[in-house]
Amino acid sequence: MATNGMVEIRWHGRGGQGAKSACLLLADVAGLGGKFVQGFPEYGPERMGAPITAYNRISEKRCTIHSNIYYPDYVIVVDESLLDGIDVTGGLKEGGAIIINTPSSPQEMRPRLRGWTGKVCTIDARRISEEILGKNLPNTPMLAAAIKVSGVLDAERFLVDIEESFKHKFADKPEVIEGNMVTLRKSMAEVQVG
Amino acid sequence: MSDRLSGNEAVAYALKQINPDVMGAFPITPSTEIPEYFAQYVADGEVNTEYVTVESEHSSMSVCIAAQAAGARAVCATSSAGLALMYELLYIAASCRLPVTLACVNRALSGPININNDHSDSMGARDTGWIQIYAENNQEAYDNFLMAMPIGETPSVRLPVMTCMDGFITSHAVENIELLETEVVRKFIGEYNPENYLLKKENPLAVGPYDVSPYYMEHKVLEAEAMKAAKARILEVATEFEKISGRRYGLFEEYRMEDAELALVLIGSTAGTAKAAVDKLREDGVKAGLIKIRVFRPFPGEELARALANTKAVAVMDKSEGFSANGGPLFAETRSALYDLKERPYLIDIVYGLGGRDVKTEDIEKVFGRLANIAATGEIGPVYTHMGQRSKEENA
Repeated sequence: MATNGMVEIRWHGRGGQGAKSACLLLADVAGLGGKFVQGFPEYGPERMGAPITAYNRISEKRCTIHSNIYYPDYVIVVDESLLDGIDVTGGLKEGGAIIINTPSSPQEMRPRLRGWTGKVCTIDARRISEEILGKNLPNTPMLAAAIKVSGVLDAERFLVDIEESFKHKFADKPEVIEGNMVTLRKSMAEVQVG
Repeated sequence: MSDRLSGNEAVAYALKQINPDVMGAFPITPSTEIPEYFAQYVADGEVNTEYVTVESEHSSMSVCIAAQAAGARAVCATSSAGLALMYELLYIAASCRLPVTLACVNRALSGPININNDHSDSMGARDTGWIQIYAENNQEAYDNFLMAMPIGETPSVRLPVMTCMDGFITSHAVENIELLETEVVRKFIGEYNPENYLLKKENPLAVGPYDVSPYYMEHKVLEAEAMKAAKARILEVATEFEKISGRRYGLFEEYRMEDAELALVLIGSTAGTAKAAVDKLREDGVKAGLIKIRVFRPFPGEELARALANTKAVAVMDKSEGFSANGGPLFAETRSALYDLKERPYLIDIVYGLGGRDVKTEDIEKVFGRLANIAATGEIGPVYTHMGQRSKEENA
């Protein structure tokens, strides 16, 4: 049950892809920007490659609800192969959007979404991260796409705040910050909305 | 100072601010991330705690007992099976009147094997002589941990304190938090200066010797008296804490109880979810409220009875089974507390959320729906049920 003005996001990924990290990072950055936030993974018998779910609530007032999210405004799918096994659009609000990591276009993805008629967004997170970071680290591009599509945070402010968060997080390896920042900007530019 | 931290990070940060003398740390599951985060502070030289890595939770509590008996301030953190493995030592810490502080991240006990949240671990330890304080969210986990030592170490109490938070739901969720300045924390906690301790050369003493029958019971009564005295001390410390934080705590929190006719009694993170349900019902004109138990040991029975005296129907929600065949532990306490009231509300018990079973606002609204029906008809139906239980057909 979302109250007015609250944005709820559900992440679907596979263990090891960084969906949980991106979810917690989003909470940190949104909080830094003055919002009330929740970022939490759903734990189970997780292991590398197994489907995982993580959640974000972002609001102007502190949210006391501590259940999982059943009616998200946005769904982020970090691994395209999850579309076959999991009802990722389950409960997704009509005015919301799904954002998928795939080289395909939104038009090509729509038939795989079990009748979902709302907004479909795609981004080739694997290619972008491999090009810039040299590794398949899809979570950073997905986070950027989520910010761009949802507008839950002002994009420019988000970039400033996340750089701040990276400086803290990567205090031991500042060399990774620039690549991540380039990845974020490129991902925001490349996300396709259909 | 505003930040965003998980419950585990928040308690680890509280530990850093306190800078305890000794941590008995079992470094892997079923312990928590708390010793893991704290180990970083130790490695970085931000604290000068003696960080003792041990081979089991039985040993981590043994380390705490020995350290505290020697006059040091000792802490540890655990969960689930880890707490179960400490069981024997929990009694020893309490009966030796050693105010060890333990962060318990509430998780289910096996079997079937499960790592998720419920209260079966700390509820199993409810009769060990430890003070138990429960948190709804990361902020309360941090605040409760800071209040633990001033409560436990005071001479009228001298009991160990277990601060509890919901596993994963609170321990692994990142939320906004207000942190106090370290100087303020250190001043609030103060130095630990026990009157007697093992290594005091002016008055050497034995700790934990055999106690014969003619004296054992007297010692247990002293322990019981200390637990009674803890109630007043918990409130005193809460008053002091409010002065430095602006945040108010009691033995329990009453949420929209002023004129409530239908009420819940529950513990932990689900109270937050239930508050949202109460707000919604209030908008619809339903006189709903809830009581979130913060302090389970000592149990605030008289205070709870007063708070529920004017309600019509109450659902106690237990996040552990208890296997008493007569309802969960919170139900047993609550029903006992209400016995002395002249006019008692109808009372039911709902066991919920075992092994991490999620609880939605809609689930709470259904409980209030049932209470409304009980209040209107006087028909309680089954007194003790399990929330959201699948039928046999669904299980098949």
